Amino acid sequence: MLANNKTPDKPDTSTGALRRVSLWFAAIALLGLVIADISITTLDPWTELRLMVAGALSPSVWSWSILASSLANTFAFALQGVTLGAIAGFALALGYRFTLVRAFCSFIRSIHELFWALLFIQVAGLSSLTGLLAIAIPYAGTLAKIYGELFEEVDPLPLYNLPRRRRGLSYLFYTVVPLAWQPMATYTSYRFECAIRSSAILGFVGLPTIGFHLETALGEGHYSEAAALFYALLFLIGSLRLWLHKRLLPLYLVAVFVYLPPQAQLSWQLLVRFVTEDIVPAPLRNQSFNSETLTAFSQWLQLLWQQQLWPGLTNTLVLGQIGMVFSGLLALALLPLNSSLFTAKRSWARGLGDGFLILLRTLPEYLLAFVGLLILGPSMLPAILALGIHNGAIIGHLLGRYSDQIILRADASGGVTGYFYEVLPRVYRQFLAFLFYRWEVILRETAILGILGIGTLGFYIDSAFETFRFDRALLLILASALLNSAVDQLSHYLRRRLHLKTTPELL
Amino acid sequence: MSESQTAEPLFRLTNQTLHYQGHAVLSNISLSIHSGERVALIGGSGVGKSTLLAALREQLPNQVAWCPQQPGLVPMLSTFHNIYMGTLGSQTLLYNLANLIKPLPAARQAVEPIAQALGLQQQLYRSVDKLSGGQQQRTSIGRALIQQQPIFLGDEPVAHIDEYQGETLLQLICQRHPTVVLALHDIDQALATCTRIIGLKQGAIVLDAASDQLQAADLAELYKANSDTQAPQNAG
Repeated sequence: MLANNKTPDKPDTSTGALRRVSLWFAAIALLGLVIADISITTLDPWTELRLMVAGALSPSVWSWSILASSLANTFAFALQGVTLGAIAGFALALGYRFTLVRAFCSFIRSIHELFWALLFIQVAGLSSLTGLLAIAIPYAGTLAKIYGELFEEVDPLPLYNLPRRRRGLSYLFYTVVPLAWQPMATYTSYRFECAIRSSAILGFVGLPTIGFHLETALGEGHYSEAAALFYALLFLIGSLRLWLHKRLLPLYLVAVFVYLPPQAQLSWQLLVRFVTEDIVPAPLRNQSFNSETLTAFSQWLQLLWQQQLWPGLTNTLVLGQIGMVFSGLLALALLPLNSSLFTAKRSWARGLGDGFLILLRTLPEYLLAFVGLLILGPSMLPAILALGIHNGAIIGHLLGRYSDQIILRADASGGVTGYFYEVLPRVYRQFLAFLFYRWEVILRETAILGILGIGTLGFYIDSAFETFRFDRALLLILASALLNSAVDQLSHYLRRRLHLKTTPELL
Repeated sequence: MSESQTAEPLFRLTNQTLHYQGHAVLSNISLSIHSGERVALIGGSGVGKSTLLAALREQLPNQVAWCPQQPGLVPMLSTFHNIYMGTLGSQTLLYNLANLIKPLPAARQAVEPIAQALGLQQQLYRSVDKLSGGQQQRTSIGRALIQQQPIFLGDEPVAHIDEYQGETLLQLICQRHPTVVLALHDIDQALATCTRIIGLKQGAIVLDAASDQLQAADLAELYKANSDTQAPQNAG
């Protein structure tokens, strides 16, 4: 698209639609930048940054036992959550052709792990059950979607050729499931890496994972300790493939359930009260249903809309849009790091470049945004950077690998010219496919970044929980779920409309 | 043949037009096949034999053992499981799942004799992606045999198997199924195996006769004429 922009005549290329959509997205993001607050509000960001760099260079462990136990908890929640999520997701995927099942999956995955955690904390406290469910539920929705799509893509012939009489689940287990098994396993293991990030982040709302200590250390300016915790998290994720072997998985599963059995001090009274009173909109509670309560309810809704829903929704959309376009730009800039076209003959360069991308990918947005806020102060700027770095690295990594299959003619230009003339036009369609596939995830993340104090929906949800206004919290969570589902649908529509191929990727 | 024709036919097509991927390949064809007949469908490739077989399958889906040209095996499962698949409907889900993990005695008793008859006993617990084309085709025949249906519909069931073994397998198929309809390209096999020959050409049935009234030369003519008109660029 870049090369064609300046031709004098109206260009007539097969990528016209891609160009138009890209320009619209970029224009909306630019408009968003005008509205968005992207100022640096700290008086001296450099000092804070210097302190952080100094801390990063001198990591120190405050307590080895706490480090070990919080790492073990992080791992345990992740493994339990993904296991339960995979089982539930598999069951849901078997019925994925039913619209109702699909809608249900879309709903449960559109609510972020942190929001699920905030909800469960109200009834099950800061318990191991809360941690498990907060991961398992949204992951079940995501995995069901992936498994369901994989089931739809397998060769239909084996099933078609079998007898038609009394078709039951047996037929799926003998044909569709084995055919889809390998990609299912690959995708689930990738999701496990994501679950470790999710699990770490759950610490920020109080669960005993590594995020809990990270937040404390960062918040109090103990950057050396924070660095040690952070390196430990990277080490955990980075070393997974060395010790988390398929054959040992049952062993690890037993271990995590013995180490951290899912339990909670559930009070039925509390649960009943939560469901029948706390989450019921305040004006409707314990009221007989008449016109007065109806007026009160509509006023309540109106106020909520004006003060929280509307600003929350706009900020989420604005930040999400800027974050998405920034992620895209970064991905395009980063793709040469993992592409044999640009690192050819220098395998160390490829290794280094890809290692860098994987490192960036490993950094959870939430943590990045938290650090960014400490340096730059509360505005959308740190959130944009965090979203861009994390998602840009993920897409850049995949795109680089995708570009490997391009075979350039021997006399093709290299370097920057080669990038714009040879590579970019060839990968652009796939780039948009990845980016749109990622859109829903970016928006989900945008909403929760509000918990850090940026005015997205998460900000209002977190405040509602803090002031025990669970009715508001639930309504706001539902609004964010609705927004995510809508974006999911729109992305699906755009991908189909633009003929973007998206087999379930490691996104 | 005369006695069977007084009974109601198993399959009946009356002035029907059959489509393949949206194109009409056979127009206004009429045909009936009675119980006990062994029918060979012959004709050049693309003439509509597979389409006709699929249409027959639709008429009696629950009495037909289906053996298509593209076997559609599940590559990562063993020969045993691919053959067993033919009988999934007669067992409970739980039994089938357990058998998927570890072959159960009753299932082995059902599958092993068939594998023996097909010469697959050595490959029974190997995944079918490791088998040769001929072995895969025999697995596909096994999946049809195990269904124990009265009618066998086979689309080139022995195309990838050498002539001698192919002959034996066709005999086996005929022994176990009273009614057989086969698409075959080997004229000698068709004449030796079947009692009735149906020749297709240019979207129509151009020949329908008892095989003892036909010579191999009559049928060869059918192919030749067909390829001359349909693919002139190949002539000579």
